[in-house]
Amino acid sequence: MIFGAILAGGVGSRMNIADMPKQFLELGDKPIIIHTLEKFILCNKIDKIFIGVHPSWLFHMQDLIEKHIKVRKEDIYVVAGGADRNSTIMNIVADIEAKFGEAEDNYIITHDSVRPFVTSRILEDNIEAVIKYDACDTVVGAIDTIVVSGDGKVISDIPDRRKMYQGQTPQSFKINLLKKLYGELTEEEKEILTDACKMGVVRNTPVHLVEGEISNIKITTVSDYKIAKAMVGGNLID
Amino acid sequence: MINYIYQLVSPQVFSIKYDDIEFGDKVIVKPKYMAICHADQRYYLGQRDQAVLSKKLPMALIHECCGEVVYDGSNTFKNGELVAMIPNTPTAESDIIYENYRKGSYFLSSGYDGFLREYVDISANRLVSLENVPSHIGAVTEFVSVGVHAVSRFAALSHTQRERIAVWGDGSLSFVVASILKNTFKDSEIVVIGRNPRKLAYFSFADATYLTDALPKDFYVSHAFECCGGEGSYYAIDDIIKYILPQGSVMLMGVSENKVAINTRDILEKGLTFVGSSRSGREDFINAVKYMQDKEFINRLNLIIYEDKPVSSIEDIHRVFRTDFNTPFKTVFKWNL
Repeated sequence: MIFGAILAGGVGSRMNIADMPKQFLELGDKPIIIHTLEKFILCNKIDKIFIGVHPSWLFHMQDLIEKHIKVRKEDIYVVAGGADRNSTIMNIVADIEAKFGEAEDNYIITHDSVRPFVTSRILEDNIEAVIKYDACDTVVGAIDTIVVSGDGKVISDIPDRRKMYQGQTPQSFKINLLKKLYGELTEEEKEILTDACKMGVVRNTPVHLVEGEISNIKITTVSDYKIAKAMVGGNLID
Repeated sequence: MINYIYQLVSPQVFSIKYDDIEFGDKVIVKPKYMAICHADQRYYLGQRDQAVLSKKLPMALIHECCGEVVYDGSNTFKNGELVAMIPNTPTAESDIIYENYRKGSYFLSSGYDGFLREYVDISANRLVSLENVPSHIGAVTEFVSVGVHAVSRFAALSHTQRERIAVWGDGSLSFVVASILKNTFKDSEIVVIGRNPRKLAYFSFADATYLTDALPKDFYVSHAFECCGGEGSYYAIDDIIKYILPQGSVMLMGVSENKVAINTRDILEKGLTFVGSSRSGREDFINAVKYMQDKEFINRLNLIIYEDKPVSSIEDIHRVFRTDFNTPFKTVFKWNL
């Protein structure tokens, strides 16, 4: 089975617009997370959708689903998120297996709730890639030059931009592989490896690239939120 | 849900419009296969008047498209059902005037966004089921329906002496019209008149094909369909008036940017009927699907369909328009965006 996992564990500390986590802010006339959820709902290849939410916001999330979602409600499950991104994913995995059991062909498409501009093409490409390669990450080629500095004062390296990509989501995994990778992490590694795909990279497990979209932005700051609102109301030249 | 609409903002320049789609009473369709029409190509290349371009752009192109139902607020279709989308959208009812000519009707991809979108939200009555029709063939349903519309109007209007019906033009529209005529008027001789021997060779089902400059001296037709358009309209209409028998009907189907001079003296003398036929409506779509469920008809259509590689990026949209420019017949493509 293919499971969508929308990650909304954050409490929005970087935004400071309101007390509300950013995924619950309105874009157009509904919350950002509802836009994201609707994209998953329309993807017929995704069998079930899990949403990992900060425990304080569980009821709010359920209310939003009740209010805004008209179809496939029976396919949506809200799960309490963990302390960090990976533990939220693992909470979801545990809930998936409690409800649907373990299976070699179970896959999880994890996605930031604050990326409502994800496209059906990106979701389909993730599903195709994860079934073929067991792990994949959505990326776009880096636009800015990436500068590396070990001490934050002096440049230590400027890598070749053609080899640089910016990571987006979805990040998708065969569930058994993800469990194995996470299970092998030490507590110290769990602290450092906040990106799920990096678990694969440090254990020499190939993680394949799926092309994202520059428009698949992550709404994290006030300016991102303003850009997202402008995008829904205006045009972008490509 | 935020939907991506791929609009042409000026010739050969696309931009994405992000639009919020509601899960309401309408149906949400995921476009699957599309086909390019000459009208799209004229917008893409900027071959329309500047005033027209300024008025109609930005706008999503493409009005020939089939897709899968992913949400149905009207409970009409099954989830995943393949459907053809009707671009003509009437705003008034009438028992006399066809929906495609009715005042107030608008057309998606002419001043309104066409189907070049991630998802399309559309009323259930603008959808026709494509059961047992292959997807790449389903893409040209609108195109076939335009031929069906013209032939059904012809059947209703023309006198019944239909010994020989001629189609002027050797492109995709002529091909479809001639095929439908062949299926509809089994006792009539269907002939096709064109300029390009290689294209005429595709019309193997026709009773005869002729080059425009090699028509027999005693040639005559009972009725005629003009499927040329553009600069060819003048010569085609002139020939039709010359060769058609008295009281014949002439179906005009080709679009021409410029005004065309016609020999009214002979039209009057022969008492001819000229009928303009353009676009189509729901009934024509339903009848088109009946043709498209027929294996023989599908095999014929396959001859004039060139399936380009799938479209997964804006660069790919440019590629299919370039392909279409260089292919004689219909370009269809799978839509992955």
